[in-house]
Amino acid sequence: MSVSAVVRRTVARRHRLVTAALIVIAVVAVAVAVSVGDYPISPDRLWQTLIGSGTRIEQYVVFQVRAPRATMALVAGAALGLAGALLQSFLGNPLASPDLLGISGGSSLAAVVAILVLGTTGPILTAFAFAGGAVVAVLLMLAGRTLRDGGFRLILAGIGVSFLATAFIDLMMVRAKVEEARLALLWLTGSLSSTAWWQVVTVAVVVALLVPALVLAGRWLPIVQLGRDTAHGLGVASGRVQFVVVASAVLLTAVTSAFVGPISFIALCAPAIARSLLRHGAVGLATSAAVGAVLLLAADLVAQFAIPGMSMPVGIVTGAVGALFLLWLLSTSKGRHL
Amino acid sequence: MSQSAPERGDRHLLAARGLVAGYPGRRVIEGLDLELAPGRVTMIIGANASGKSTLLGTMSRLHPPLAGRVELDGADVRGIPRRRFAQTVGLLPQHPTAPDGVTVAELVGRGRHPHRGLLQRWSAEDTAHVDEAMAWTGVADLADRPVGDLSGGQRQRVWIAMALAQDPRILLLDEPTTFLDLSHQLEVLDLLRALNRDRGTTVVAVLHDLNLAARYADDLVVMHAGTIVAHGAPGEVLTAETVERAFGLSALVMPDPLTGTPLVVPVPSAHAARGGAAATASTASTPSALSTSVHPTPSLREDHP
Repeated sequence: MSVSAVVRRTVARRHRLVTAALIVIAVVAVAVAVSVGDYPISPDRLWQTLIGSGTRIEQYVVFQVRAPRATMALVAGAALGLAGALLQSFLGNPLASPDLLGISGGSSLAAVVAILVLGTTGPILTAFAFAGGAVVAVLLMLAGRTLRDGGFRLILAGIGVSFLATAFIDLMMVRAKVEEARLALLWLTGSLSSTAWWQVVTVAVVVALLVPALVLAGRWLPIVQLGRDTAHGLGVASGRVQFVVVASAVLLTAVTSAFVGPISFIALCAPAIARSLLRHGAVGLATSAAVGAVLLLAADLVAQFAIPGMSMPVGIVTGAVGALFLLWLLSTSKGRHL
Repeated sequence: MSQSAPERGDRHLLAARGLVAGYPGRRVIEGLDLELAPGRVTMIIGANASGKSTLLGTMSRLHPPLAGRVELDGADVRGIPRRRFAQTVGLLPQHPTAPDGVTVAELVGRGRHPHRGLLQRWSAEDTAHVDEAMAWTGVADLADRPVGDLSGGQRQRVWIAMALAQDPRILLLDEPTTFLDLSHQLEVLDLLRALNRDRGTTVVAVLHDLNLAARYADDLVVMHAGTIVAHGAPGEVLTAETVERAFGLSALVMPDPLTGTPLVVPVPSAHAARGGAAATASTASTPSALSTSVHPTPSLREDHP
């Protein structure tokens, strides 16, 4: 048996194990998510409902209220996990994520403009959120063009952009009518409540359309990780990779935040967890997506049921947990170089 | 060994024609012509800022030339797809980075990139190349170890293994011995020479140490201020006059008692006699440019097993 084949087998086995575990967790979490709530459904009744012999109210609660919400958590979590993994691997920095790079900030600002100035929440909001994120991403890439290795300066610039966006959002919020400001604030916190199927489908279609780009990125990123010069030597030009990676990450971030708001920290945490599960220096795009999906669904369950009688927006939970995670990440040397 | 048998007969010529290179607003190389002799070991030497690394970077397509062209077998390299170029010409830069936790076999495997189609799965041929590259460089025993845990010398052999898995016919290396102690420097250079002798790979390296360059090179390229001041067999080109011209340094050049290749012994000047205080000086004209490079730089990483 060749030595490298043995290592490759170990890597592949680990990958299968992690994938299987994540699928099991996701299935259990979905089952819980569609069962519990103000109208509890027992496992037996859930099964009856799934095979089509539930009561009308059971059918409605499961398929029209809880299933779209749980599916959106999975899809949006996966999109955010992917966005984080793309940016972190490309920039070689475990702190890179759409939140910290200000891409979410740009999206938020544009969305708040759409809600407060244009008074719209439909597809125009989506378009605005996307454009806002894209503008920030392009600015950052122009600013970071001269940097050899992405590095911390880009992150610092992104944090600056975030603050600037927050300042403008606050300015608009204090000048807005209370009702409109409440609407914008709910959006800004990030929430999965009252998700409709068409929204889930829209996000899922965008993720599906990006699959070819993700396959490309999956091939290129392990090479780019070796440094820009090494990657060139192996025939991978960083300019093209940068375009594919950044455009995909912006699209994923913007489309999720357009529907569920700028849910924080999933994009930061999921890839770090995926990498430590996979080991072997893997980029782990697919695993990051799976971890993000499970994380967001779990966070949404906590948000709904942690405090009896009080349902919080999921963004509050991810923000609180994510902040602790970030502190832990900074206090350990984990993942200095990706 | 079968896929990369020594006599493949496909010899490729990488050449610079009227090359102007550098960075926007700063020309480092001004109209340079160079042919890298196929099947030989070429070492590029010169003082700091003489354009050695810029030359290597431009010839490996890291930077586009400002004017003139780089040719592979007579064709302008700008017309060759990058991946195809990488199948023939490999580059090991000065500071490659290994992602956290990556194992040796994984890292070496990434060298197969230019030979794999986008949707092509990992093949038995890829495995064979990776195994061979690791065996060649003596890192097969480390296959499942994280690269970050290795010593500096081991790590450099892993990177060379990665470049070998790429199976290039021309391998360019930017200061492959920096940060290594003397015995590991020799180990790396022996490896590169063996690669050339056994597989016929054209090896081109930028090197700081004149004496090691002279000992291991078939051809020496001596650079100064963006031009080539001498190019040829070490015994012919490495003279006291060339050293004076390229490094601004008076030196005795005598035959190495062991190998007969030229041995450069710098003559201490008043400046150098002040001690190592000027060790960080980087201008081409200071004598310390050489005296810093003849001391092998001990690697801090060597302390960790």
